[in-house]
Amino acid sequence: MMSTDRTTRQKVEAGLPRRRRKEFTFKMLGMLATAVGILFLGVFFASLIADGASAFKQTYLQLDIELNEEVLAPGGELDLAYADFDGLVRAALRKELPDVSGRSDRRELSRIVSVGASYQVRDLIARNPELLGTTQTLWVPASSNIDMLIKGNIDENLEEALRPVSDKQIAWVGSLRESGRLATRVNTALFTNGDSREPELAGIKGAVMGSLYMLMVTMVLSFPIGVAAAIYLEEFAPRNRWSDLIEVNINNLAAVPSIVFGLLGLAVFINWAALPRSAPLVGGLVLTLLTLPVIIIASRAAIKAVPPSIREAALGLGASQTQVVFHHVLPLAMPGMLTGAIIGMSRALGESAPLLMIGMVAFIVDVPGSLTDPATALPVQIFLWADSPERAFAERTSAAIIVLLGFLIVMNLAAVILRKRMERKW
Amino acid sequence: MVMSTGMSTVTEIPERRTELTGETVGNIHSDNPFMVAEDVNVYYGDNHAIQHVSIEIGKKEVIALIGPSGCGKSTFLRCLNRMNDTIETARVTGNITLDGKDIYRKEQDPVALRARVGMVFQKPNPFPKSIYDNVAYGPRIHGLAADRAELDNIVHSSLERAGLINEVKDRLDEPGTSLSGGQQQRLCIARTIAVNPEVILMDEPCSALDPIATARIEDLMDELCEDYAIVIVTHSMQQAARVSKRVAYFHLGLLVEVDETDKIFTTPQHKLTEDYITGRIG
Amino acid sequence: MQSTTLILLLGLMAITAFYLGRGRSLSLVGGHGHGLALHSLPGYYGYYVAIWVALPALGLLLLWVLIEPRIVVALIVNGLPESYQSLSAGELNLLVNNIQNLAAGDVISVDVDEVLQNAASQFTSYLEKSRQILAVLAVGLAGLAGSFAWRRIHPDLRARNRVERVIRWFLIAASSIAIFTTVGIVLSVLFEAIRFFQKVPVTEFLFGLNWSPQTAIRTDQVGSSGSFGAVPLFTGTMLITAIAMVVAVPVGLMTAIYLAEYSSARIRGIAKPLLEILAGIPTVVYGFFAALTVAPWVRRAGEAAGFEVASESALAAGLVMGIMIIPLVSSLSDDAINAVPSAMRDGALGLGSTRSETMTKVILPAALPGIVGGILLAVSRAIGETMIVVMAAGLAANLTANPFEAVTTVTVQIVTLLVGDQEFDSAKTLAAFALGLMLFVVTLFLNIIGLSVVRKYREQYE
Repeated sequence: MMSTDRTTRQKVEAGLPRRRRKEFTFKMLGMLATAVGILFLGVFFASLIADGASAFKQTYLQLDIELNEEVLAPGGELDLAYADFDGLVRAALRKELPDVSGRSDRRELSRIVSVGASYQVRDLIARNPELLGTTQTLWVPASSNIDMLIKGNIDENLEEALRPVSDKQIAWVGSLRESGRLATRVNTALFTNGDSREPELAGIKGAVMGSLYMLMVTMVLSFPIGVAAAIYLEEFAPRNRWSDLIEVNINNLAAVPSIVFGLLGLAVFINWAALPRSAPLVGGLVLTLLTLPVIIIASRAAIKAVPPSIREAALGLGASQTQVVFHHVLPLAMPGMLTGAIIGMSRALGESAPLLMIGMVAFIVDVPGSLTDPATALPVQIFLWADSPERAFAERTSAAIIVLLGFLIVMNLAAVILRKRMERKW
Repeated sequence: MVMSTGMSTVTEIPERRTELTGETVGNIHSDNPFMVAEDVNVYYGDNHAIQHVSIEIGKKEVIALIGPSGCGKSTFLRCLNRMNDTIETARVTGNITLDGKDIYRKEQDPVALRARVGMVFQKPNPFPKSIYDNVAYGPRIHGLAADRAELDNIVHSSLERAGLINEVKDRLDEPGTSLSGGQQQRLCIARTIAVNPEVILMDEPCSALDPIATARIEDLMDELCEDYAIVIVTHSMQQAARVSKRVAYFHLGLLVEVDETDKIFTTPQHKLTEDYITGRIG
Repeated sequence: MQSTTLILLLGLMAITAFYLGRGRSLSLVGGHGHGLALHSLPGYYGYYVAIWVALPALGLLLLWVLIEPRIVVALIVNGLPESYQSLSAGELNLLVNNIQNLAAGDVISVDVDEVLQNAASQFTSYLEKSRQILAVLAVGLAGLAGSFAWRRIHPDLRARNRVERVIRWFLIAASSIAIFTTVGIVLSVLFEAIRFFQKVPVTEFLFGLNWSPQTAIRTDQVGSSGSFGAVPLFTGTMLITAIAMVVAVPVGLMTAIYLAEYSSARIRGIAKPLLEILAGIPTVVYGFFAALTVAPWVRRAGEAAGFEVASESALAAGLVMGIMIIPLVSSLSDDAINAVPSAMRDGALGLGSTRSETMTKVILPAALPGIVGGILLAVSRAIGETMIVVMAAGLAANLTANPFEAVTTVTVQIVTLLVGDQEFDSAKTLAAFALGLMLFVVTLFLNIIGLSVVRKYREQYE
């Protein structure tokens, strides 16, 4: 009936090579799959840094600006509103390249300098009116086209009509460089300015402040409420159908698409409660609703991890349930809760879809000063800049992404360190 | 010294060892050795779990491994079919041969080895598949049946030899997990037999079962030992005395004494063996 | 007085009340040494008074702030000259907005005439008065309630119980916010969606094949009639989701298998955090990468192979979305695989299976429900994803199954319809809510099933 031992062994041996091959293939597939994710990460970061690193530098021109009294203070008084600062800049530029003549050529020349140069002159004389009549040497930003040229992003071999910089401009820039009047330095505008139509003047400060305000609102609201809800659900709520429903509800909210929260914010906060659009307050409220389920789930897990023996000991000493929770359970669960909160915050920091719904897509130049000033958020700023066709904005978008990822890495590292340090072996 | 096993009592015992010296007392040899272990050591990380064990296992005999908890019996058992390979921190040194060939040699595929040395576990672990598919699993992966008819044959005869066929012949499509504990364990035995092994390892197969199921499986072992070598780890001395021809006593990772069952239970040569058997330790 | 100042003032009052209450309780029993005569610790009496001071006043503040705008606006509108009373609701809304903006000192879009100016200054003065009244009322209420509570202090007063009861109510309120959020989502989306379906029939929306959402801004505008058939949006969403799943499911599952069964602890220790990082990248960043790098690459590769590829192909968006979802599938599959009892694995290995046979014939079938649950959650995530598709997928509705063409999705349309200046009542903006309703319902359905299955497996493991 049964095959003899020998035949069985032969059959087994016969099947082995094919099975070994399958095993090998399967293992290879597994390794390949794991490599896909990691490879993507590598390619992604490499391209990000390659694209964005150059945005941290900006080309500047050194000009000797004559702070002409007649131009700046025609009636004897300093006219900050209407004085021709631009003219002073153009004059200084023409001093460096005196051979340029003709109206069209001169106009082309003036376009190698950023419009921000005239703001710089105005700010200088506004802060130091005593400099009137003197000649000051300023480093002013070059226009974004020239910046791209210097960074090598413009193909000089293209036909002139197809390029954003003309041959003459290339020549002028070349001679400025030879005379030492051109330098590439750290692009401080990226961190000190708000958004701008000109790439060379565009910065992320407004977006960062907006994000910061929103995160503050989110933290202040979602952490206490989330912890309170978790405490109630874990410690006090009777185990009945109602509390089961709440638990299912919370788990589902954590998985609802974020754009739906944006719709909720639009309908309730903007339309019904008439809160100001684009305000960090509203953004914070929407993000709070989004983050709340995450914090509740994490806090519940942290509370569950506290051994019942500690509760029993406290109860045995005559503590009320509220006292047990607040004096014993909460402090022990706090590290886990904080870790969950940090992770929730980092998720909130990266959200942009719900913010689009409540109006944060506007072009905001000023840095917000309060919770109700119109503002934008860093991920939304990235979204807006990504839409710009200009090459200079492309590199700045990558730079802004690097900054955003930097914040996220710091936050997550903090969470990991917190978790490691507070890990207790019960 | 009175034994509670119901065997004849003896009052005089010749000279007896008392310390753990690493030397094995009794007779490590078997009449018809099929698996031979020589100076086997097992390390779990830094823990020296099995120390210098040498023993022979006969071709168609039942040998019981006994000893207090944690003494290494299961660990040693798992060396015989290289299940310790699945544990990352485990390291095995020494020589274990099956029919003369070292099972830890490089060319030895554990897969082929385990087709010759089967294992039944402590807690019955049928797959969440039908009864038929449970038994057919082994033959299928090893390609033992050329067609469905042959596979049916194998499944039926395995269930028959495991003493389960009458209870399940009408419901082979039902899940293996729908059986009772004792039936599940016999299903696992059928599953093991279906691969036509030469040695069957049993790791406390009855400890999760009730006495009636246990008795049935012990009867089964009597029949099975006509065709297979059986190595059984057991906590129950009664069981060891009932089913096995030879008994090996392990203590703290050392093989203290090996001998025929009668001799071990009536005239143990080592004091530790005696203490264990009489219930003073373990 | 500003709300924040009022809140601070109330806070200070509450703190003072705490000390007063505590002191009172101690003085009633003769000082610190006799604290045991009190039912509760002295601190609780302090909290008792503080709560009475703070809560009613804060409640009043909240109520006031919510109702105030409506009352003030109603007063202003009533005060407008006769001719303004007959304005339509929309125009009135606009007028009120202008008045508010003018009062706040912002620039408004129409000329400032006398009526507007008067209304604006009235608005400001009403607000001022209202706030003054509020401040007085709130402080008064706080003081009154506080003294009432202070007088109730008595050694037998079970202050701790009362305080703890208030705490418990606060905890319950916090938990209810989660319910209210869901209810809020459902109601707000449903409400606006119903208004939409009053303008556009449900059947056209659900079954119509033509999506070009226009509404007339002027009555004689050319091309003013729009069609709101959402089927191309559904198919577009499904196409991109399908591409994403084709990437994410095999890769995620095999990654989980490799990390669970084959990899050493060291590789696991490196790969898992890296996958976590992948999961943590914001979707707007993925979208940027998709639009800037992946889409041109897909286009070049496709055209080199002889296909015609749009610059915003569904393939590009789907690929990147798939990569984003890999960590989700991988971790949920990992949970499901680990939940299978190791006895099963040992049994299979003991019979002489290879590791791949054990995985494919024993473990994966046993873990299948958990894995499928995970896939459902991944699909839900893909359907609801917004930024990647907004930045990398198209805007024009396109009913096709060709991954090389550009399609649009439900989420893209929601964003497009609501971003920018829209009149809130038009069918266009309401359509966004109808789409939102669909999105919410479908993802809710997927989530409920997926989560219940996954939860069952997590519990088994724990």
